Amino acid sequence: MELFTNQVLAGIATGAIYACMALAVVMIYQAIDHLNFAQGEMAMFSTFISWQLMQWGVPYWWSFLLTLAISFAGGILIERLLFKPLAKAPVLTNVAGFIALFAIVNSVAGLTWDFTIKQYPTPFGSAPFLGSQLISTHQAGMIGVTLLMLVGLYLFFQFTRIGLAMRAAAALPESARLVGVNTSWMIALGWGMASAIGAVAGILIAPVVFLEPNMMGGVLVYGFAAAVLGGLSSPLGAVIGGFLVGVFENLAGTYIPGVGNELKLPIALALIITVLVFKPAGLFGRAIVKRV
Amino acid sequence: MSVAAEDTVTEAPAVEAVPKRAMTLGTGTSLVILAALLVTPVFVKNFVVFQMTMVMIYGIAVLALNILTGGSGQFSLGQSAFYALGAYTSAVLMENFNVNYALTLPIAGLVSFGAGYLFGKPALRLSGIYLALATFALAVAMPQLLKLHFLEHWTGGVQGLTVMKPDAPFGLPIGQDKWLYYFTLAISVAIYVGSVNLLRSRSGRAFMSIRDNEIAASAMGVDVAQYKTLAFGVSAGITGIAGGLSAIVVAFVAPDSYTINLAIALFLGMVVGGVGWLPGSFVGAAFIIFVPNIAESISKGLSGAVFGVLLFIVIFLVPHGARQVAIVAQQMLGKFKN
Repeated sequence: MELFTNQVLAGIATGAIYACMALAVVMIYQAIDHLNFAQGEMAMFSTFISWQLMQWGVPYWWSFLLTLAISFAGGILIERLLFKPLAKAPVLTNVAGFIALFAIVNSVAGLTWDFTIKQYPTPFGSAPFLGSQLISTHQAGMIGVTLLMLVGLYLFFQFTRIGLAMRAAAALPESARLVGVNTSWMIALGWGMASAIGAVAGILIAPVVFLEPNMMGGVLVYGFAAAVLGGLSSPLGAVIGGFLVGVFENLAGTYIPGVGNELKLPIALALIITVLVFKPAGLFGRAIVKRV
Repeated sequence: MSVAAEDTVTEAPAVEAVPKRAMTLGTGTSLVILAALLVTPVFVKNFVVFQMTMVMIYGIAVLALNILTGGSGQFSLGQSAFYALGAYTSAVLMENFNVNYALTLPIAGLVSFGAGYLFGKPALRLSGIYLALATFALAVAMPQLLKLHFLEHWTGGVQGLTVMKPDAPFGLPIGQDKWLYYFTLAISVAIYVGSVNLLRSRSGRAFMSIRDNEIAASAMGVDVAQYKTLAFGVSAGITGIAGGLSAIVVAFVAPDSYTINLAIALFLGMVVGGVGWLPGSFVGAAFIIFVPNIAESISKGLSGAVFGVLLFIVIFLVPHGARQVAIVAQQMLGKFKN
C-alpha cells in the first residue's frame, strides 16, 4: 500500500508538469481551434530567454516577469506575421505551418544556446515537501502555480469583458463580429496568452527536466494527451487530465510487468485512446452537436 | 479575351470540393512524365538514381495518406507505423524465410491492410484532432514494439536487419540501383493508376461523399463505417507496400528509421503536394527528400530553421500545394491556346 501511495504522489508531481503544458495547449486551442505543435518549443524558447536574463544578472522574479511580457509579445508577433496570412488557408496547411515553426524555433535555440544541458534555478527550493521524499517543495510549488493559473484563467474568461469577447470569437466568429468583437485581434491575444502560459510552464518544468532545446519533446506529447483526455474545451479538464496521465504513467511503470521506461508512453497513450473511444469529447469536454 | 478569364487566373482557385477530373493529370502530361522518368537513369549518377527511387517510394506512401485524408477526410499521423510494418514484413520474409523480394511486397501490403483495417475499427469513433492523437500513439508505439525482446529473434531488436540487395534478373546488364529504380517505377505506376481508378470508382465516390458530408453520405445509403475502415485499410496497405519497397531498396531496416518524424514528413509531403491531388504526392515526396538536404547545404547549424523557412515560403505562396501550381499552369495554357 505504501508503494501505491508513493507512486501516486510521484505521479501527481510529474502530472503537474503535464497539467501546466496541457493548460497552455487548451488556451491556444480555445483561441484558434488548432493544436499548436510548436507550443512546447515556444515554451522552451521563453525559458531560455529567462535563463539568459538571469545570466545577465537580472534577479529571478524580474526575469520571470520580463519573460512573460516578452513571450506575450512574441506570441502576438508570431500570429500577426506568420499565421494571420494563413487564416484562409486549409487547416492542414496551418498544421504544416506549426511544424515549420517547430523546426525554426528548435534550430535557432540550438544554435544560440547549444545543446548542452543547463541547470535552472527554482524559487521554491528543492527540500522534501512536508517530510515526503517523493514530492519536493518545487513540485508542490509547481502544482500550486498551476492551480493558481487555472483559477486566474477561469476568472478571466468568466468575469471580464475581454474574456467574454475571446470566448465569443472562438465559439461563433461570425456572430461575434456582428456584435463588434474584433475577432482577428482576439486570436492574436489568444496566441499571446498561450505563449505566456507556456513560458510559465517552461520555467516551472526546467528545474525538473533541465534546460536544453529538446526538453519539451516528451512533455508536449503528454501535455497534448492530457489536454485531449480532459477534453479540449475545458481548462479544468486539461489540468485534471495532466494529473491523471502522470499518475497512470507511474502506476503502469510500477505494476505492469515488462513495462520499462520505453513502453510507458505507448501504454499511457493506449489508455487515453481507450477513454476516447468511450468518451469521444474527452472526460470533461462538451460534446459537439452538429446542426444538420 | 474577356476580363472574366483574367480573374480566374489571379484568384486563388477554389479547391474545397474537388471535381473528379482535377484529381489527376491529363493522359498526355502523364505519358510525357512517364517517358522522362524512363530515360532519366541513363544520364545520371547512381546516387541520384537511388534518390529518385526514394522519392517514388515516399511518393507511394504520401499517395496512401492522400487517399485517406484527401479521399475520405480522415487524418492520420500514424502512417509511419504501417510503413514500418510493411518494411519489417518484407525484411523478415526475405532474411528469415528466403522469400523472393518481389513476392514479399504483396504480403507486406496485405499484412498492413489487415492492421490498418483493424485499427480503423476503434478509430471510427474518433475524428479530427482525436483521431490525430490516436494515430500518433500508434506511430510512437511502433518503434518500441519492434524493439521488444521476444521479437528479437526475427526483427534483430535495436540493431535492425540487413537485407540482401537484389540483382537485376535474367542477367540484364544494369546495376542494382538502376534495376531497383525501374522495379520501383513499375510498382509506382501500378499503384498510381490503381489509386486513380479507385477514387473514380463507386468506393472512391463513397470516400469523397464521407469527406464532404458524413450525414448526407449516410442518407444517400453509403455505409459510412464500412467505407471509413476500408479507407484506413487501403491506405495502410499501400503504405505497407511502400515500406516493403524501402526495405528492399535501402537494404536495411531498424526501429528508429520509422519514428514519428517519418509520419510528420509524409504529412508535410501531402500538404506540399496538395491534399487530395494524387500526382502531387510525388512532388511532395521530392520536397521532403530534397529540401532538408538543401537546407543542410545552406547552413549546417541552422538547417532546421532554413527548412522551416522554406516550408513557410511554400505554404505562403501556394497554400493548396503543388495542385494550385498545376491548376494555374493549366489555366495559363488554356489561355495560350485561345
